[in-house]
Amino acid sequence: MGLWTIAGLALTSHAQQRLIPLEKLQSGLHYSGAEVQSLQTDEFANPSNIALDSGTKSWAKTDGKSNKSCQSCHGELVKMKGVSIRYPAIDKATGKLFNLEDRIRNCRVKNQKAAEWTFESDELVAMTLAVTSSSRGLPLQAQIDGAAKSHFENGQRLFMTRQGQMNLACTNCHDQHYGQKLYTDPLSQGQANGYPLYRIDWQRVASLERRLRFCYTGVKAETPPWGHSDIRDISLYLMWRGQGLLVEAPAVRK
Amino acid sequence: MSSARLQIPPRILQGDVFKVRLLVNHPMDSGFLRDIDGVIIQRNVIRHLVCTLNGREVFRVEPTTGVAANPLFEFYLRATESGDMLFRWVDDKAYIGELRHTLVVEAANASKPASN
Repeated sequence: MGLWTIAGLALTSHAQQRLIPLEKLQSGLHYSGAEVQSLQTDEFANPSNIALDSGTKSWAKTDGKSNKSCQSCHGELVKMKGVSIRYPAIDKATGKLFNLEDRIRNCRVKNQKAAEWTFESDELVAMTLAVTSSSRGLPLQAQIDGAAKSHFENGQRLFMTRQGQMNLACTNCHDQHYGQKLYTDPLSQGQANGYPLYRIDWQRVASLERRLRFCYTGVKAETPPWGHSDIRDISLYLMWRGQGLLVEAPAVRK
Repeated sequence: MSSARLQIPPRILQGDVFKVRLLVNHPMDSGFLRDIDGVIIQRNVIRHLVCTLNGREVFRVEPTTGVAANPLFEFYLRATESGDMLFRWVDDKAYIGELRHTLVVEAANASKPASN
């Protein structure tokens, strides 16, 4: 009886342990400087708009052997409101943890019977941005119980684990030193609520997966291959960690 | 391939100085970067972009490799006449991009729509 209680308590406190309390969460936009902030809020000049336009067009475009568009099954793009805030989520058919890109790629091959979109292709990034932008202004609310629990725990473990030649864990910068400067730029909290977003450095819209891969490069660790489950697990942890932050798509960062 | 977005004020009166904003979707490859295999990405920037109003040139720019991808051009025009605005740009691959817009200039003494 005593053991059960202790185990139960440990589990609860573990799941609720937030290194940054909810009321202190800040979107990466907060740390991006006035120029980036004004570029994001400029409805016209925001450079994500180009990809957003093309994603919106391709939503209604028929393709593949099914001769259907996304719209044929899912309806207008606005009906995707509230979808992106639940990802990454467990795919019932395969039992795997899918991020939104996986869901779109899967649906495209399985249901639309169209040619596969490679990771980070213009088409995939634009479509993900279009679907995400339908949820603009909604708070993130990832599900971490049930089948997603082991993925969440792995994501949390990876976030806390030092790795690479720099021997740094995500938490060392983004939980312990956010707001302080790394060279000339302030460190953000590493929140994922803006993605997919236009990165001025890369001069295009980028997925969260690409951003996370770049973090592996940053600490000089071995980057997992595209589509690896570790990236999805970390993404799930990030979504839980930023719970309540608002979807900003189409967003801009340095 | 190359597309663009245009923004001008919704209502322009004769004599007004108004802002024209054009966002062009273009990679603006500088020719200095290499791809993941180490091969140089060929230079491909917009050589020149011209805006004409009723066939008369009103704005011209010749961007170089120092301009980032998806450039935003902003300039001002004085409204004298209505007419066809044509934006035309050519890049190093000889691709020609075009955007047309019908500019409507209202008479300076045009009052706002009558409200009862």
